[in-house]
Amino acid sequence: MSDTAGTGAVLVVGGGMSGLTAALEAAEVGNDVYIIDKNPYFGGRVAQLNRYFPKLCPPTCGLEINFRRIKDNRKVRTYTMTTVKSVSGGPGNYEVQLETAPRYVNSNCTACGACAEACTDEIDNAFNFGMNRTKAIYLPHEMAFPRRFVLDKDACSSASLEAVKAACKYDAIDTEMQSKAFTVNVASIVWATGWNPYDPTKMDNLKFGSSPAIITNMMMERMAAPNGPTGGKILRPGDDKEPESFAFVQCAGSRDENHLEFCSYVCCMATFKQMTYIRERYPEAMIYVFYIDLRTPGKYEHFREKLMGDEKAQFIKGKVADIIAEDDGGVTVVAENAVTGAKIQQKVDMCILATGMQPALGEQGKAFGVDMDGNGFVVSDPDKGMIAAGCAKSPADVYTCGQSSTAAALKAIQIGR
Amino acid sequence: MDNVYGAYLCTGCGIGDVLDIDGLKAAASESGMEMKDHSCLCGADGRSFIEKDMADNGINTLVICACSPRVMQKEFNFGDQTITIRGNLREHVAWTASKPAEGEEAAEGVDEFLQEMGCDYVRMAVTRAQKTTLPEPYLLESISRKILVMGGGIGGLTAAREASKAGYQVTLVEKTGVLGGKALNWRKMFPTRYPYAELETPSVGQMIADVTSDSNITVKTETEVARISGAPGQFVVTFKTAGTKSEWDAPAKVGADEQDRIDKGEMEDPNAGLKAYTEQNPDGEMYGAVVLATGWSPADVSEYEHLGYGTLKNVVTNAEFEKLAKEGKVPANVAFIQSPGGKEDDRDFPYCNSVTSMVALKQAQYVRDDNPDGKAYILYQHMRTPGNTELFYKAMQQNDGVFLTKAAVTKVEETGNGLAVQAADTLFGEDLTLNVDMVVLAAGMVPTTVDEPTINLAYRQGPGFMDLDLFDGYADSNFICFPYETRRTGVYTCGGVRKAETMEETIDDATGAALKAIQCIESANRGVAVHPRSGDQTYPDFFFTRCTQCKRCTEECPFGALDDDEKGTPLPNPTRCRRCGTCMGACPERIIGFADYNVDMIGSMVKAIEVPDDDEDKLRVVVFVCENDAYPAIDMSGMHRNKVNRLVRFIPVRCLGSVNMVWIKDAMSAGMDGVLLLGCKWGDDYQCHFVKGSELADRRMQNIGETLGTLGLEPERCAVKQIAISDYDAIPAIIDEFVEEIVELGPNPFKGF
Repeated sequence: MSDTAGTGAVLVVGGGMSGLTAALEAAEVGNDVYIIDKNPYFGGRVAQLNRYFPKLCPPTCGLEINFRRIKDNRKVRTYTMTTVKSVSGGPGNYEVQLETAPRYVNSNCTACGACAEACTDEIDNAFNFGMNRTKAIYLPHEMAFPRRFVLDKDACSSASLEAVKAACKYDAIDTEMQSKAFTVNVASIVWATGWNPYDPTKMDNLKFGSSPAIITNMMMERMAAPNGPTGGKILRPGDDKEPESFAFVQCAGSRDENHLEFCSYVCCMATFKQMTYIRERYPEAMIYVFYIDLRTPGKYEHFREKLMGDEKAQFIKGKVADIIAEDDGGVTVVAENAVTGAKIQQKVDMCILATGMQPALGEQGKAFGVDMDGNGFVVSDPDKGMIAAGCAKSPADVYTCGQSSTAAALKAIQIGR
Repeated sequence: MDNVYGAYLCTGCGIGDVLDIDGLKAAASESGMEMKDHSCLCGADGRSFIEKDMADNGINTLVICACSPRVMQKEFNFGDQTITIRGNLREHVAWTASKPAEGEEAAEGVDEFLQEMGCDYVRMAVTRAQKTTLPEPYLLESISRKILVMGGGIGGLTAAREASKAGYQVTLVEKTGVLGGKALNWRKMFPTRYPYAELETPSVGQMIADVTSDSNITVKTETEVARISGAPGQFVVTFKTAGTKSEWDAPAKVGADEQDRIDKGEMEDPNAGLKAYTEQNPDGEMYGAVVLATGWSPADVSEYEHLGYGTLKNVVTNAEFEKLAKEGKVPANVAFIQSPGGKEDDRDFPYCNSVTSMVALKQAQYVRDDNPDGKAYILYQHMRTPGNTELFYKAMQQNDGVFLTKAAVTKVEETGNGLAVQAADTLFGEDLTLNVDMVVLAAGMVPTTVDEPTINLAYRQGPGFMDLDLFDGYADSNFICFPYETRRTGVYTCGGVRKAETMEETIDDATGAALKAIQCIESANRGVAVHPRSGDQTYPDFFFTRCTQCKRCTEECPFGALDDDEKGTPLPNPTRCRRCGTCMGACPERIIGFADYNVDMIGSMVKAIEVPDDDEDKLRVVVFVCENDAYPAIDMSGMHRNKVNRLVRFIPVRCLGSVNMVWIKDAMSAGMDGVLLLGCKWGDDYQCHFVKGSELADRRMQNIGETLGTLGLEPERCAVKQIAISDYDAIPAIIDEFVEEIVELGPNPFKGF
């Protein structure tokens, strides 16, 4: 299959906030745009966030507007579960091979949900970082766009598959669906491939996995979300205890030459934001934040000031050396106060690792002709029609991603002109 | 076009299981349309069923009572010349039906209350279709595709060049005699490439050369913009020599009360000698859109007396130090103070963002470069080197002779032949005294928008942006998701007026602003709205013969789209308009409307709801729902199969700002027992996509409550609630709570009259 568009078409790889922005900004000028995402839904990382800092507003609000812009714009063609296989040609006439993995649910799906009711198999819920289970046929999340179910066929028994098929009144289940390769011809490519949370098991001293009381900041986002694994309750995994004390470990992997040498930009503000999640639920809980610097510049200072006024919160300048799992289900965080020199052993019920951003594109980017820096970030080469946007380009907050992806849209459409 | 109607009912997705289909069809029939049903309208078979019916009967206006209008748009899109109205029977009715408890049999027959809901949604959809006409885009007779860029620094140079590269003509105005702005004083610039360890030679010279040799770009130095009038696609710009006064200077806003006092001679006219704001300069130049890149000025740091700026020799700002470094050698021992200090306060200087940390690191390198034994001390509370800038910080930490410590600076004093800096709370475990030749304060970058209108618009609402105090004076209006939105359509800001930015970020920012300017021009050319209702072809239409010149629409438009003439009659500027309908909500004469959204339409939908006049169990509450956040939240509540109070009827509105108070009166006189508005959060952290909509609606509702009170109706029958899109599971309880209050009050005493 091949798809054709006018000259000056743009391919956007990655459908998170940056990719959506780049795609829409280019399309609303009048260019044809293809946007692909490897997930079965658009929205990327921000779809998993409970709220944005510092306004504490739900990210789905901005996503909803962007999804509506897509639905209203015939210039944008969307492909989920789709990845780049190869890139050939050059600026102005790239030929890109794409492949769509089988969803096993076709466009007849009305998202009525009868299939999930009938399905007897469950899988780990990847959207919630495996903190709960979902049916093997599922809508990735409430706001998922497109609103179409997806089937994990391999996780289903044949009986379950039969039940799922029988439950669908609209003939939407197609267990024979094959992956589909197709080609698009575009003038330029925007790489908005975003980031993955840095793998916390790589930091031996932080002992992720040794105790369920140690979670990551992204897990915290899901936990605090009303559509998350706990329905918005912050409970210690494992024993569901309502924690009475929390520790945040900043720069968990970031600013560390053994892990991510750069600063991940958002983790300080994310922690302050997550303090508000805790306060809403536990007015009396103690909160300890271990940090190197508090990077809350500019407009974010107001937010920091407000939260540092919290009498039950302590901020300790010092890098965490060790985390020790305790018998009662809690952990002890070991650090040294860099100002006073005092050794600290702080026992808490729950510990949140402020893990950073690992660029998601990885080594494969080079095979597509993408220039990448020593840390895996994409280096824009506008003359080649290869443009980076958002966190694929450098660590950034959503606001800055909005800037860089709008800029990427202009660089992309200059190629066809 | 003459509307020929076709109405269709989908019985799939559970609709047919819980609702009486014949009853729904009867409701449509009573409203004037015969409705046909199908078991799956969105499927291929269902769509050809509709297509065939359209072809057979010449139908061009469809009523589709099925799922939410937020889904299946593509499936129910039958072309540009077809109007499609959706009735939401799935998410808002069928999926809110109560389910039998585990182990219990489903109740026999159809729930009467649910059926009444369904019938009302059918009636409202039919009514809506009857009141909708096909929009015709507003097309300008002539359009300028030229872009005006204000400010010749890094931001302006970039915006001009990037717009040119996309094929657009640009005029770049700079008030000084040269291009380059602040960057002209830079000795070096921050690293822009991996591994981000070495300072780079400034590229501003090349940028200036590129701009001056670009045939698409006209540069006007020593020039300022006196005023900008008109609207996107047709801005009329008056230039003047920098520093001079012109009769075309943008007039200050004069309110009605002020005008009264001026007329009575009690107040001086601030605009004496200036042309009226509505007057167009025949010698003005036409532009399609504007990029504002007027940058920043160094902050005044003399208020921090303990630091000695202005009193002690050799205490300078970072900007002054940069100039010194550019012109020659810097001293050998220099302390860089990043925060004003004091024990209790670890803030940076105002307007620093994360730029000044990098500036200090850069300038520390000058100290090292110019002096073999040079020592640079950076005293910070928090080193702010986010993202890749951390790598330069790391490189500087390796530099012998650069000393970095957290410290609260308590005092700077003169000593014999230098300065002594005293600091507490350092990483060395003790208080510190440093003897240095020079002290550099990390002064912030104050956006030009703090004190000046800068954009100099000749608009009814005044020359500047609105309510910038919410954003510390930065030109912003929708911080987070949509960084380029200002409250003046067609004007996009970048660089220092938006936040303190590094050069690298400014280049991105200016490129983005150029894109938005281009997009605005192309949207104006197509006659469609820009963000957030991108592509909307409708625009507000005014029936002027009934206008009473009350000026509410001109005052309340969040985007300053409406000017007015001397009598106060509004002068619409459709390309400035964002199509929120706030003007329509404001108008007491109900003379403003859109092709597919108007006062009569929604009023008629309200009246289409059947109100039983003799059944106290069947009270009716109409809920006007913001379609941006609250409506999707109700959809998701339906997806969760949450039960929703069956006495309420939802009507989507573009924004709560568009809710005309006559609808409340319509509802009350139709015998409804309560009216609820669900919209976005307002206040400092407002989430309203149209900035002011929900706040205005709340104010209007308070007034209408008082009016109702004078008629003997309880003001509590009307309320506004703030809903976030993620409140889907909370919505049923919020609605129940309101309905319970209404039940307490009892039926509307006017019911049945």
